[in-house]
Amino acid sequence: MSPKPFLRIENIRKRFGSVVASDGVSLEIDEGEIHALLGENGAGKSVLMSMICGMVRPDEGEIVYKGQSVRFNSPREAIRQRIGMVHQHFMLVPNLTVAENYILGQGSALRVINDMDKVHARIRELSERYALDVRPEARIEDLSVGEQQRVEILKALFHGIDLLILDEPTAVLTPQETDRLLALMGDLVKDGKTVVFISHKLDEVMRVSNRISVMRDGRLVKTVNVADTDARGLARMMVGRDVRMELPRGPAAPGRIVLSIENLACRSETGLPALRGVSLDVRSGEIVGIAGVSGNGQTELSLALCGLLPVDSGRVVLNGQDITGLDPARINARSVAHIPEDRHKHGIVLPLSLGENTILQRYNESPFATSGMLNRRPIREHTRDLIRRFRIKSRDVDQKISELSGGNQQKLVVARELARNPDFILVNQLTRGIDIGAMEFVMEEMLKQRDNGRAILLISTELEELFAICDRILVMFHGEILGELPPDRNRLDELGLLMAGQTANVVQPPLAG
Amino acid sequence: MEQVNQGRENVYPQAAQAFYRTLSQAAISAATPIAAVLVALAFGAALLWVNGFNGSDVVTVMIFGSFQDMRSVGEILLKATPLILIGAGLCVAFRCSIWNIGAEGQLYVGAIAATLVGTNLEGLSVWVHAPLVMLAGAVAGAAWAGIAGYLKVRFQASEIVTTIMLNYIAIILTSYLVTGPMKDASAAYPQSARLLREAWTPRIVSDMRLHIGILVAVVLAVALYIFLQKSSRGFALRVVGLNPHAARYAGMNVKRNVMIAICISGAMAGLAGAFEVAGVTHRLYQNISPGYGFEGIAVALLANNNPLAAIISGGLFATLRSGSEVLQITSQVPQVLVLVIQGIVILSVVAFAKLRDTLRIVA
Repeated sequence: MSPKPFLRIENIRKRFGSVVASDGVSLEIDEGEIHALLGENGAGKSVLMSMICGMVRPDEGEIVYKGQSVRFNSPREAIRQRIGMVHQHFMLVPNLTVAENYILGQGSALRVINDMDKVHARIRELSERYALDVRPEARIEDLSVGEQQRVEILKALFHGIDLLILDEPTAVLTPQETDRLLALMGDLVKDGKTVVFISHKLDEVMRVSNRISVMRDGRLVKTVNVADTDARGLARMMVGRDVRMELPRGPAAPGRIVLSIENLACRSETGLPALRGVSLDVRSGEIVGIAGVSGNGQTELSLALCGLLPVDSGRVVLNGQDITGLDPARINARSVAHIPEDRHKHGIVLPLSLGENTILQRYNESPFATSGMLNRRPIREHTRDLIRRFRIKSRDVDQKISELSGGNQQKLVVARELARNPDFILVNQLTRGIDIGAMEFVMEEMLKQRDNGRAILLISTELEELFAICDRILVMFHGEILGELPPDRNRLDELGLLMAGQTANVVQPPLAG
Repeated sequence: MEQVNQGRENVYPQAAQAFYRTLSQAAISAATPIAAVLVALAFGAALLWVNGFNGSDVVTVMIFGSFQDMRSVGEILLKATPLILIGAGLCVAFRCSIWNIGAEGQLYVGAIAATLVGTNLEGLSVWVHAPLVMLAGAVAGAAWAGIAGYLKVRFQASEIVTTIMLNYIAIILTSYLVTGPMKDASAAYPQSARLLREAWTPRIVSDMRLHIGILVAVVLAVALYIFLQKSSRGFALRVVGLNPHAARYAGMNVKRNVMIAICISGAMAGLAGAFEVAGVTHRLYQNISPGYGFEGIAVALLANNNPLAAIISGGLFATLRSGSEVLQITSQVPQVLVLVIQGIVILSVVAFAKLRDTLRIVA
């Protein structure tokens, strides 16, 4: 057997209300390895690691670190023991500089400020050693997401760590930035650090890890050496069955133009220019994808199309009619369906029942309401029908939607939107946060809608999702459409370059239509 | 195939489970406010005991002391009228996540409007004048609340702050009016002229002060319950309260719903003010309300923002209020202690509401 493990987790349990996030997980991490924690969204990876870094306290179980049983009450205690974690949502103060962020909460302010030069010097030294490109005097709000992530990693190194936990670090990165991050992990290990890397992306995990632990439904499925497995085997462990990455689909038969966006410009809610003249057409019977690193205007595009963001210039034309600047109710009424990016915020009302959630837009329409009063029976029947057709796992139409899993919530949103018989379907992040079973189901449903002649615009940061169902992919960068590519996995490099804003190397294909 | 069969076998147990679940949830819903009140009364008794009184006796008097005869029951119902009106109205606002703390001011403004209409317009029949007075109170209360609503939807001004400030304005405005422009010239005290007979709210029994306002309050509370739970407008209002972002996405007009919710609560408070003037005092005084507008918040809270339950919780708070008056007469217990007990009721309601949500998740 190997020597005493660096970190051992023994039978950890954690419940949140009725949800079991960790169901007796035991796991060993060796010193100096890159250990990947692989699993679908909601498998319990982040919660498990949050317990190691002191963010969340376990209900039961033991954590043995460097041969000692430990119990951290706060992240600060964990940092003192040289454990650092970079969370999915960065813990940085936007209007402070990098150096100021690093010294936050580090004892006497006066003493630290006197040592500011030393702090800057140390940041520069670390930045150079790991090629992180972090300037200590840069303000966080001026940095891109990828840069902020490097600031977070350097923060952990600055405080001195032996164990670094990275939670879904590549979700916000371009392919090039991802390569750079994976290389950095290798450098850290060479310097004697240990890295735990949470992900649900098979290819990355296969590329850099020494060992992989697969989690499913709050349990550890298995820990394997990367040499002893392949992507297929891992995928099977993640979902408990074979995953079909390729969805069967016929060629698209694009018809008339349903939605036409002409030179659309608008500002974000904070007043910064977000769309700088976007033009595109979506025809009936095709799925047009919009790829891009998040924060490049995708959110604003979907808000503007729904009538929730004022348009500065340009037009949106639906079925030949100008719908620019109409309010959401009028746009809804013109058979536009919308599957929003943030399900919990915009798509559903968590404390309400399934039935109530299915009539959010149609609460004042026959047959759900007559002369201002809701009709219970048609609402329940309609909801039951959707539950059956979309195989939504639920107890009852009166059940609160908050009790459903993310995948089943998303299925209800998709079911509700499609039931309105839309001509145009706007989808922002179709499969975010849902399990592979539900993912496949909703993607197949989109293909069916396409074959029935609907026009679909799919905004996504998941390239796999775009490759699987789109007929053409537009790349958005800094509020502009930089180019168009066919959904060909062989052209991933081109796509990555476009996503990073580089057009020089790409041969632009002639635009369709 | 297997799945279908499994589904069939489970139909009955599932229905039974659902029934059991509904039943247990309902039991939890009902039990928590009752438990909250009992705990508060126990605390109150202990507090009285520490202060040298026989706690359990005093609490008994507080609850049952006022149920001596029909007349005293009538007095309780008289006090319950504004509490039910305001409490039920605030349920609507709170369900829409509008924190209207200004019912007291809306009551005062309603009372002013009722007095203006009730002291003028001579020669109308009681069938016209009395309802007109109520309407005036409701409209004035709604308009007063509407100011805070407008400031919220137009400038995002917190309604908590604006409604509290509007309270002061309304109360001071009343003082000004009854000492100045509306003062009864023949009276020594600051008070308005007496309302015309036809403007008085009709009594239920001629020799008791209880007027038909209690019936109006109960009917309106039931109507507001139906509005919130069964109407499509009420549904939109609840969605706006629970998740304004989703409401906007779904095409609901958030601002309009906010205005509707705050104006309904204001109208109910204004109506309560009209009843105080037209049904009880028949004149406008400086201190027309002993804090009904604030107690109404507690009524809505104890009712878990359900207008139907506000009828019961309004009745309970009226009973405690009457009981405290009996206590003052029959014993040496200071009324402040009664206020303390009322405060404990509110605190334990909040604590038990939290507990109930936890229990619901487990059940």
